Amino acid sequence: MSNYINKYSEKDITSEKIFLNRRQLFALAGGFGAAALIPGKSLADNLDMRKPNTFEDIINYNNFYEFGVGKSDPAKYAHALTTDPWKVTVDGLVDNPGIYDFQELVDSMSIEKRIYRFRCVEGWSMVIPWNGFQLSDLLDKIGVKDQAKYVAFETLFRPEEMYMQKTKILKWPYKEGLRLDEAMHPLTLMATGVYDKPLPNQNGAPLRLVVPWKYGFKSIKSIVRISLVEEEPLSSWNIQNPKEYGFYSNVNPNVHHPRWSQASERYIGKNIGGGLGGLFAERHDTMMYNGYNEVSNLYKDMDLSVFF
Amino acid sequence: MSLNKALNKVPIWCIYIIGMFPFLIILYLLFNFKLGVDPLKTLEHQLGQWGLKFLILTLLITPIRSFFKINLIKYRRALGLLSFIYICLHLSTWIFLDLQFRWDEIIKAIVKRPFITIGMAGFLLMIPLALTSNNFSVRILKRNWKLLHKLIYFIVFLGALHYLLLVKSWPLEPIIYMCIVLFLLLIRLFSKIKILSNIKF
Repeated sequence: MSNYINKYSEKDITSEKIFLNRRQLFALAGGFGAAALIPGKSLADNLDMRKPNTFEDIINYNNFYEFGVGKSDPAKYAHALTTDPWKVTVDGLVDNPGIYDFQELVDSMSIEKRIYRFRCVEGWSMVIPWNGFQLSDLLDKIGVKDQAKYVAFETLFRPEEMYMQKTKILKWPYKEGLRLDEAMHPLTLMATGVYDKPLPNQNGAPLRLVVPWKYGFKSIKSIVRISLVEEEPLSSWNIQNPKEYGFYSNVNPNVHHPRWSQASERYIGKNIGGGLGGLFAERHDTMMYNGYNEVSNLYKDMDLSVFF
Repeated sequence: MSLNKALNKVPIWCIYIIGMFPFLIILYLLFNFKLGVDPLKTLEHQLGQWGLKFLILTLLITPIRSFFKINLIKYRRALGLLSFIYICLHLSTWIFLDLQFRWDEIIKAIVKRPFITIGMAGFLLMIPLALTSNNFSVRILKRNWKLLHKLIYFIVFLGALHYLLLVKSWPLEPIIYMCIVLFLLLIRLFSKIKILSNIKF
């Protein structure tokens, strides 16, 4: 069972209507960002004051290259994906390998609400109210063997529905991986929904990973295979460009990326403030581990500029 | 040629007016919240892309004259200056709205990130061309003016490269732009070689 105490309470995610009301309150307060409202608070405190992005933001701005490289492409094309029936293959160094039916799997897990910051390697971020279960719960259920050191994930490969898989823009199927202790961390979530709705296709339906202290591309979508392995598994972006995308890809303002400054980020979305849909919204310093310092002990003996 | 006569009746200021249309459309979309979830990025990218489009248009004038006998040379300066205007808007969006005067990050970006270094080099090289895009400079600089404005070939290449290196993977659009640019540069190179061989033989 879940041993992670969520610092966000139920009232943070009751309904979209309440979010709307809150946003209206913000508008009344002068349209400033949350940070501006509470002078003297630390950055981390202010970040926790960030309101979740709207459902519309979350479903209309996605990186899901199986459906196109534009941010609005997945919203346009992901409807082609069939998510029912959906099977998840569990294999490798586990006690209970097999092909699990998604619905049966979800029914056997305890679904929680988790509001996480989501930081893209491209330098933008959102706050997303996920629904899902802890990956550790699933790993306990399937029984991890002692030799297992890593968890490998794979996205569905179905080019007739995911049209970009007919191109060679990335090596398909999309792959990702976590070290076992990262996968077992209580923050690591298998998401099945946002805003209490089933996960929309463009967000990685029906089952995706969410690792909030890592750049977004680690949070692999539409998972069909989970394998427990001994060696560090391949990840798609690492194959594409190993100099730019490391296996760990922890959010880290001190490790430079050749294309984007990771020192700071822009909060995006309709309720960010700053006018004209966020055009003048303030840029913010990026926090180590995206502000989830509870994971720092996972990396305490590692040189993060080498294992980036 | 009657077509040329008709075309050349269009006053040059019309080109400037038409050329600012894309900017007005982008602003219209911006004010109506139609630039998507991240309007800043859309604005920034659109401005840069229009800068590149106008650069490509300036390179099209000569081949259009050679291959189709349509002479639009009178409008080339306007197209070049429009490109400069869009690139200035693109750069200002990046510095003022995107990076928000975080000069340490801006300077680091220019020095460390190849696609930004390349883009910035292209912009800097455009400045002397924009400053000398007037009849007075043509008169004063004489032959050197032509020489100076040959920089445009290098600049447009830098522009297309800047776009190509910005993206994470290999999406189609920047590749198409690069192909167009390389094509326009290569036909010039080939015509040069042809002229040289003519002299030889």
